[in-house]
Amino acid sequence: MTANQVALWYLVASICFILALKGLSHPETARRGNYFGMAGMAVAVLTTIAIVAKGRLDLILLAMVIGGMIGAFVARRVEMTQMPELVAAMHSLVGLAAVLIAFSAVNNPTAFGVADPLPTGNKLELFIGTFVGAITFSGSIIAFGKLAGLGKNFRLFSSAPVTYAGQHAVNLVLALVMVGFGAAFFMAEGKDWTSFLIMTAIAFLLGVLIIIPIGGADMPVVISMLNSYSGWAAAGIGFSLNNTLLIIAGSLVGSSGAILSCVMCRAMNRSFISVILGGFGAAEGAAPAGTGQKSVRSGSADDAAFLLSNAESVVIVPGYGLAVARAQHAVAEITEKLIAKGVNVRYAIHPVAGRMPGHMNVLLAEAEVPYDQVFEMDDINSDLTNTDVVLVLGANDVVNPLAYEKGSQIYGMPILDVHKARTVLVNKRSMAVGYAGLDNPLFYMDKTMMVFGDAKKVVEDMVKAL
Amino acid sequence: MIGTVDPTIFNLIVFVLAIFVGYHVIWNVTPALHTPLMSVTNAISSVIIVGAILAAGPSEIDFGSVAGVVAVALASINVAGGFLVTYRMLEMFKKKAPKAKAASTGKAA
Repeated sequence: MTANQVALWYLVASICFILALKGLSHPETARRGNYFGMAGMAVAVLTTIAIVAKGRLDLILLAMVIGGMIGAFVARRVEMTQMPELVAAMHSLVGLAAVLIAFSAVNNPTAFGVADPLPTGNKLELFIGTFVGAITFSGSIIAFGKLAGLGKNFRLFSSAPVTYAGQHAVNLVLALVMVGFGAAFFMAEGKDWTSFLIMTAIAFLLGVLIIIPIGGADMPVVISMLNSYSGWAAAGIGFSLNNTLLIIAGSLVGSSGAILSCVMCRAMNRSFISVILGGFGAAEGAAPAGTGQKSVRSGSADDAAFLLSNAESVVIVPGYGLAVARAQHAVAEITEKLIAKGVNVRYAIHPVAGRMPGHMNVLLAEAEVPYDQVFEMDDINSDLTNTDVVLVLGANDVVNPLAYEKGSQIYGMPILDVHKARTVLVNKRSMAVGYAGLDNPLFYMDKTMMVFGDAKKVVEDMVKAL
Repeated sequence: MIGTVDPTIFNLIVFVLAIFVGYHVIWNVTPALHTPLMSVTNAISSVIIVGAILAAGPSEIDFGSVAGVVAVALASINVAGGFLVTYRMLEMFKKKAPKAKAASTGKAA
């Protein structure tokens, strides 16, 4: 195969990838998009195999079969509530693969059709691809640990922010040292392995250090950011190997992750920088002081079921608590029962509900809730005023009316205007504060009834009572 | 024009244009599908397998080609895992159609 033919096949693959992303504009076209993605990947892999056809195909194919089987096994077995962990784990693999390829490229550039030793320009790009890949790898491992709740066993994985004095200064110094060694690698004649290895080691360390101060509920931003990094790492490697396919696919993924981070930050009314610097909501889980004075009306699942069945319109607001309790199927069941009684039931999803973008939508889809019952915040907020009963399941900060009060920590954050509904039912495990560490006035309103307990248990009890 | 375009400049042009395409395509993705978007972009970024295959390609086995083989295995996990899990999720979004009808007829009855 000539270089021109390869380039044209890579163009076909790139277009397939663009169509794959384009398909996601609607659930109906998304499946076709996914097939385009698979086709693009097949074209890319087959073309590349044709290039190395005279080399060691046996090992390559063996690695592909083993890797493919592991991937397929995991993809079939993973639970929808575990999607954030899975995605984080997959980001780490892309990062590690990028680092390995970079090592190989320093070692033997001719394998990639690049001059040996690497030309200076390629070295610069390789350096960028490597450190972004390394940060993606170790950062994603930490994100995975936090999302999988491994904090009990290993403090670095704690979902509460891990902070210490001078943290940002340490990171900044490390980053500068890393760039310094990168520059040394870049300037050196031939193969400067020492600088390259030190730079990579620091990048691995930095990945850990920049993710540990970021707390659990900021994970949607972190995971989107790592998604973006994995794309930029691929693009960086593509630059150093003069491979247009890697550059195009990497840029698509990079911009996708960046846009998602931006959407998530907007939904929390926080700047990207403040999320990344972390340390937010360090008091997670602590009971707020002075709750004793205010009284909360609490009721049983039976009371809640009674209110729900007498309503004309019900809006359900799912949050992370629903995912933790795996209550999505019970919620779908209660929806069916209510609809059978003639109640208009809809779902309202806040963009940062859950631990990754779109997390709640997938959980509801898994429970076979039709997507036309599920509404985004902006589409349903104005309707909440006319809603008889809102059922909040394991969500807190995204329905906190303090967001309208000047001076509060979350002032300006777009929220679901649940407090405007006629009656509000809130299911929580306890009165503990949410991620922002703020008390929620919604819980003390006269029209609010708290139903304490595990979301799944409570909803199942409601189903029985209906 | 004097001489040929440096490959790095050419790469940069491709890079910038691809970011533009990505920007416009991604803003059109419906928020409900943001999770499948992440898993499919994950699969797409594992196109880095192309680099891994090239790294593993040379006949003589050395440190570089071993690293390449390992990278092929890692990227393959992502290719298979990413596309399949996206497929699984999108199937869930599909099942809704008959269900929705059942629900609406149930309501009418």
